[in-house]
Amino acid sequence: MLPLNKLIVEPSPHIKSAWTTQRVMLEVIIALCPALIASMVLFGVKALTLTVICCTACVLFELLFCIITKKERTISDLSAVVTGMLLAFNLPVDIPVYMAMIGCFVAIVIVKMLFGGIGQNFANPAVTARIVLMLSFSKAMTTWTAPFAYKDGVDAVTSATPLTSDVLPSLTDMFLGNRGGCVGETCALALIIGGVYLIVRGIISPVTPVAFIGSVMLLELISGGSMTDALYQVLSGGIMLGAIFMATDYSTTPLTAKGKLVFGLGCGLLTFAIREFASMPEGVSYSILLMNILTPYIDKMTMPRALGAKRGADK
Amino acid sequence: MAQHIGAPCEPLVKVGDYVKVGEKIGDTDAFMSAPIHASVSGTVKEIKDVVALNGRLCKTVVIESDNRMQLSPDIKQPVVNSREDFVKAVRESGAVGLGGAGFPTHVKLAFDPDKTPIDTLLVNAAECEPYITSDYRELLENTDSVLGGIKLIMKNLEIPRCIIGVEADKPEAIEKLRKLTAPTPAIKVVTLRSRFPQGAEKVLIRTLTGRTVREGKLPADVGCMVMNVSTCGFIHSYIRTGMPLIKRRITVDGNIVNAPANFFVAVGTLLHDVVGYASMRKQPDKIILGGPMMGNCAFDPDTPLGKTTNAVLLFNGAPEYKESPCIRCGRCIRACAVNLAPTELEHAYDRRDAEALRKLKVNLCMNCGSCSYVCPAKHSLAEKNQLAKDFLRSSDTNKGK
Repeated sequence: MLPLNKLIVEPSPHIKSAWTTQRVMLEVIIALCPALIASMVLFGVKALTLTVICCTACVLFELLFCIITKKERTISDLSAVVTGMLLAFNLPVDIPVYMAMIGCFVAIVIVKMLFGGIGQNFANPAVTARIVLMLSFSKAMTTWTAPFAYKDGVDAVTSATPLTSDVLPSLTDMFLGNRGGCVGETCALALIIGGVYLIVRGIISPVTPVAFIGSVMLLELISGGSMTDALYQVLSGGIMLGAIFMATDYSTTPLTAKGKLVFGLGCGLLTFAIREFASMPEGVSYSILLMNILTPYIDKMTMPRALGAKRGADK
Repeated sequence: MAQHIGAPCEPLVKVGDYVKVGEKIGDTDAFMSAPIHASVSGTVKEIKDVVALNGRLCKTVVIESDNRMQLSPDIKQPVVNSREDFVKAVRESGAVGLGGAGFPTHVKLAFDPDKTPIDTLLVNAAECEPYITSDYRELLENTDSVLGGIKLIMKNLEIPRCIIGVEADKPEAIEKLRKLTAPTPAIKVVTLRSRFPQGAEKVLIRTLTGRTVREGKLPADVGCMVMNVSTCGFIHSYIRTGMPLIKRRITVDGNIVNAPANFFVAVGTLLHDVVGYASMRKQPDKIILGGPMMGNCAFDPDTPLGKTTNAVLLFNGAPEYKESPCIRCGRCIRACAVNLAPTELEHAYDRRDAEALRKLKVNLCMNCGSCSYVCPAKHSLAEKNQLAKDFLRSSDTNKGK
């Protein structure tokens, strides 16, 4: 007889997919790379330096937090790298390093780790950090470097965001990112490439970005704008970056397709309202944060109905 | 004596009796059961309790084979003249659902045509679990019997139409079935998307007929009867020959098996005999009876293989998965075939919230394991659901006291 006296006994299923949290995060990092390359073309190596600084700071803050609070170290899941990249993409390229570090601290320690770490935070770390920096250092956060300024050897040439400027860049320039703005938000083309990659790889659902961007365009058209106005609206500010990479964050957005639709529409509506009626030129981060807060309620209302469950029983 | 869902059988033989192949050795008066027949000829050595795969004690008749395989005189072609004869014959055959669940077949057949009329016979040839190919081989090697069994059921129970659902990964079987069923328009062959858990009863009914089996209802309530292919094939061979269910096809496969194959294994064969027959590169450290998604781990090499074991999978060095926090990616929700929200169920179970568990319909979970499979954080979501069901049952009993 065979020596079969040491058998592993486990509950089913006995096979599991190769997907891990780390791999999901790696896919997001890959998807952010086109935008990173575009930012280097537009703003020079400084863009890469800033991104590397933010990523390193985020990882270190998470590591330190884990050591100090004696929690299991979670940096290997790569989520801090994603947060660092997203935060850097939300900053002007010439922002002082200490301000970027404060942003990283807010994102990782206050927004993410204090709420329990990955998957537990209710607000998007990068979005919240951007808002905190915006409120604390309004000047530095709105001093955008003009693209290709590094080629002329001039450093702090400021250019206003197209949302408040009278002279608008052409739509092609807007699409390719040849405009003033934060590091990673200007090149719509690169962001869309990243978004399509994530959708194809099954990491994000197209529902949120389509609902977000679509509703902003639709509202602009309804409120009397032309198609060109609508396109300017969605290509300016942080809509592309926000809709594709931040409104699709797992932790802080709804679980189901129906919930994601509500979330995307809500973001679009709020962004439009803030841009049109509030005193601020940009509303993407606020709209995402506000919808983050509503996520638990959206989830509750959009839970799927089980196959064959009695109607009304889940109320 | 318990190889089916329902009441276990009582042994009809005593220690020292000489039994022959096909002789009935266990039966009961209970409706929800199927008799058990000797699969070899020989002497009854012992009647003892063994721990079955589900952890329960099960009465077992140990027969020492005399290697002569003498046939029992009881084996004769059953006389079938009516619906009742047919149902009775199927009961006597010891037939149970060969897909793995082991539901006594005659119970399904004995529906009341006035109360719950059945208009569709669904033949489950999805075989959606990875590795297993026993139903596929049945379709290819035993096609005539499968179709014969289908026709017998349709004729005797007056079921007007039949749909055979086969997953798209078995093109040869689909082609052969299509060819052979062409002259019979009442039997339709439908190609199913290869997607686990396509073969789950409720999912199959939904895919093939668009009907939804409501909570707490049976397929018969929506006019459907679901039969496994191998069960159909067996019914045909029994009605023709009278040889009861004493053997079945078992897939032997796994990551250490050199030549994966299907074997006919006599009911009651000990697990280690089957394992010893396989050519392996290494010693297995994990043996799964059934598919990798829903099968159980064997813990004793002396476990007798029953009527419902469709595969013996041998593994060595299975990867270990480390659990990490849920990232709320929603994959489990998309994967669930019955539209549950496993991650929410996990939270509800972790805080032992009976009310939330009921609201989220944990009772509808069929433990297919898809949620655990897709989870990137490697949570054992399906296992949690089973624990949650147990928790609800015990909290119900506590309330009753």
